[in-house]
Amino acid sequence: MSHFDPLRNPIKNARGLGSAKEGVHHFIVQRITALALLVLAVYFVVLIVSLAGADYATARAAVAHPCNAVLLVAFLVAMFWHGQLGMQVVIEDYVHTPWLAMSCQLAVRVACAFAALASVFAVVRIALGA
Amino acid sequence: MPPTVRPLSPHLQVYRWQIQMATSILHRATGVILFIGSLLIAAALLALASGAEAWSCVTGLAGSWFGLTVLFGWTWALAYHWLNGIRHLLQDAGWGFSIASFVANGWISVIGSFVLTGLVWTWVYCCGGIA
Repeated sequence: MSHFDPLRNPIKNARGLGSAKEGVHHFIVQRITALALLVLAVYFVVLIVSLAGADYATARAAVAHPCNAVLLVAFLVAMFWHGQLGMQVVIEDYVHTPWLAMSCQLAVRVACAFAALASVFAVVRIALGA
Repeated sequence: MPPTVRPLSPHLQVYRWQIQMATSILHRATGVILFIGSLLIAAALLALASGAEAWSCVTGLAGSWFGLTVLFGWTWALAYHWLNGIRHLLQDAGWGFSIASFVANGWISVIGSFVLTGLVWTWVYCCGGIA
């Protein structure tokens, strides 16, 4: 879909694209985000466990640290991106009613987009001390 | 019109359970669980940004027996998806496709996920995280 341009000649749109009409773009991005998460998820678990039992001020101070804020934002973006790609495949495989499948795809995208925006906003707000 | 009973092509129920099926199904199932979990992470971060009161709701929930059960299961789902994800990436690179190694590294994912979960929670316990 991302490569489709209605103003282009149809053959130009079709060229290089597979049966899923998006070529290998989805496959590649799913794996790039997976590689990122391989590292970032470990970082996230370490951060959470180190904050287990910590009070509010300590938790806020940890998230506000520039290194943690940047790594957390990277983790959140990679996570919601990877989650959307994964859920897309699950819906494609198991939801066969066209309108329901499209509704599910949109719902997952809306959820991921809003959750990513909200969580990144939360980290930035804490990091900037607002 | 009454539905006609017609034979269906063979599916999961005709196969003997084997590690190859289990690892594949679990990877999807844990992926969906982690997707739901990711929304909880967003909610928790919003609470942390909102103030001490909202955050105490999060810690209160997380520290309850229900919260701890969810967190424990969540840890396992992440450990499994993480380990089996490495396995998938290696398979994408063309590694580990012989039946023997496929079965063996499938068991590494399954057993390893419990080991990792145990390690994380031992660490939490040692930090005094479960008050």
